[in-house]
Amino acid sequence: MARPMDAPVLVRAINVTKSFHGNQVLKGIDMEVRTGEVVVLLGPSGSGKTTFLRCINQLETIDGGRIWVDGDLMGYEDKGGVLHRLHDKKIASQRRGIGMCFQRFNLFPHKTALENVMEGPVQVKKTSKAEAEQRAIELLEQVGLGDKPAAYPAQLSGGQQQRVAIARALAMDPKLMLFDEPTSALDPELVGEVLKVMRDLAAKGMTMIVVTHEMGFAREVADRVVFMDGGVVVEEGPPSEVIGNPQHNRTRAFLSRMRQEEAAHGRPPTTVDLSDVPAE
Amino acid sequence: MSSISNDADRPGAIDARPVRHPGRWVAIAVIAVVVGMMVNSAMTNPRWNWSFAAEVMQQKPVLEGLLKGTIIGTVGAMIIGVGLGVLVAVMRLSDNPVLRYVAFAYTWFFRSMPRYVLLATMGSLGYLYPVVDLGVPFAQSLGLTFAQLDVNALSRGLMFGILGLGLSEAAYMAEIARAGILSVDKGQSEAAQALGMSPGQTMRRIILPQAMRVIVPPTGNETIAMVKDTSLLLAMSITTELFFQTQAIGTRTLKIMPAYVAACAWYLIVCSVLMVGQSYLEKYFGRGFGPMPKKTKQKITKIGADH
Ligand SMILES: Nc1ncnc2c1ncn2[C@@H]1O[C@H](COP(=O)(O)OP(=O)(O)OP(=O)(O)O)[C@@H](O)[C@H]1O
Ligand SMILES: [Mg+2]
Repeated sequence: MARPMDAPVLVRAINVTKSFHGNQVLKGIDMEVRTGEVVVLLGPSGSGKTTFLRCINQLETIDGGRIWVDGDLMGYEDKGGVLHRLHDKKIASQRRGIGMCFQRFNLFPHKTALENVMEGPVQVKKTSKAEAEQRAIELLEQVGLGDKPAAYPAQLSGGQQQRVAIARALAMDPKLMLFDEPTSALDPELVGEVLKVMRDLAAKGMTMIVVTHEMGFAREVADRVVFMDGGVVVEEGPPSEVIGNPQHNRTRAFLSRMRQEEAAHGRPPTTVDLSDVPAE
Repeated sequence: MSSISNDADRPGAIDARPVRHPGRWVAIAVIAVVVGMMVNSAMTNPRWNWSFAAEVMQQKPVLEGLLKGTIIGTVGAMIIGVGLGVLVAVMRLSDNPVLRYVAFAYTWFFRSMPRYVLLATMGSLGYLYPVVDLGVPFAQSLGLTFAQLDVNALSRGLMFGILGLGLSEAAYMAEIARAGILSVDKGQSEAAQALGMSPGQTMRRIILPQAMRVIVPPTGNETIAMVKDTSLLLAMSITTELFFQTQAIGTRTLKIMPAYVAACAWYLIVCSVLMVGQSYLEKYFGRGFGPMPKKTKQKITKIGADH
């Protein structure tokens, strides 16, 4: 699934730092994601993966460094070398091109599946209701929920809710999708249906940054795996290298812990078996 | 395979004696006796004079007082109270420190004022400002007035009373609305923001509708309290109000008790109607949060099954 490495850069993060109450969580992250690329972020708990994703679409403000998405400097305007903080409304419009899926879905519980998907286009893009509904139905079909438009989130399983959440994000026609552990709140038997939707999305050429502990997904779908620990990028590369043949002790320790955990939970062991990863 | 070989040996449907609750029967008996005594006394003591109470309830000034002072007063005051209260709550939770302090000061002032005192004071504002000039700031000194308000006349009007009750109510509603807004999961506003919604849209479309689920029950409480507080309008010399009118008939006819009964009956009726309205509102704003009515039904059948 190698993608042309000359595709334009969509996300460029340079030396991103972020602290919470003096506790530095991101310690200078550099990352480039090209259009159409699927990047999987791996790392132990507390390594700053969620924080970094949230910085990209400005749910957190960064302390240092710069993030550009599709050429836009996120959150600021550079006027002759002096940064000016953007107004909330400008920031809101920068976020339109970025879809985000959360670990806990965060669907709007007072709206049906269809209304959840229509909300963004109607309110933000001012699409007509009829047009938005048409598109929402298509998207629900795309994620395999064509039969559930009238269901409220509370009436859906976790896997179904996460798929509605993906459809909701896609309704804004984002150029970039961010996934923060989209399957870790799900029962094991529901993980597959969400991963399938994400796999289809990747196959359609969507640019994606995915935080996940699903090694199978990382090996099959990711163009690149980035391993983070303690707020820095420890190593990155194609999955066959980072997962198959990690260079750093921290990566190795993390992967072997993952393997033990998955074995303990009765899931098929990941990594080592590289038969489905094309040789680089 | 086992000693249980045929159906006859296997336990069948349970036909057990229910737990006895003799205490409940004793309580019912006591209540029945007390209620019986009350009804008996009410029926036999002619001074209750039920027929006169019923007549008082239908008098034109009483009905007018009920409609204007009590019902319109409640509705008007609650519209101001809820609208302004939600606004103050949103200001209180805003990032803008100016708005936050203004909201705090508002709540501080109006919560500290007893309603009766507030209404009496507002009713006397005409003493300080007999007329209010409408125009640009410092219009009087600049000679730029567009219109004049006669505060003396205004302060005796129902509108002014509604305004007073509404301002006071807003301070309480602000705290209720704030609790409601804070009860909504932070993930909701993040999801809305991630879609590119502005802070205002997020508040209007996502946060407030969910906060309403928490806001409605105490607001019902406030509304019912407001029905009764409309009797305080008298502090502003507003007399088109239920209690004053019934009392006036009572004093005039020297049948004070039946007049009070008439007032009580009307308050009971109005509040009962409001409680029905509240349960509909709760159902509306509870949509998507599981089938509430079913739960209530289960509870009822469970109580029944306990006997
Ligand atoms: N809002 C916050 N306030 C204070 N500390 C925070 C906040 N958000 C995150 N942190 C801290 O930042 C660190 C990194 O958190 P983050 O959620 O980014 O980790 P993560 O890599 O996503 O971990 P996990 O795999 O458990 O989700 C943690 O130590 C966490 O306690
Ligand atoms: Mg995380």
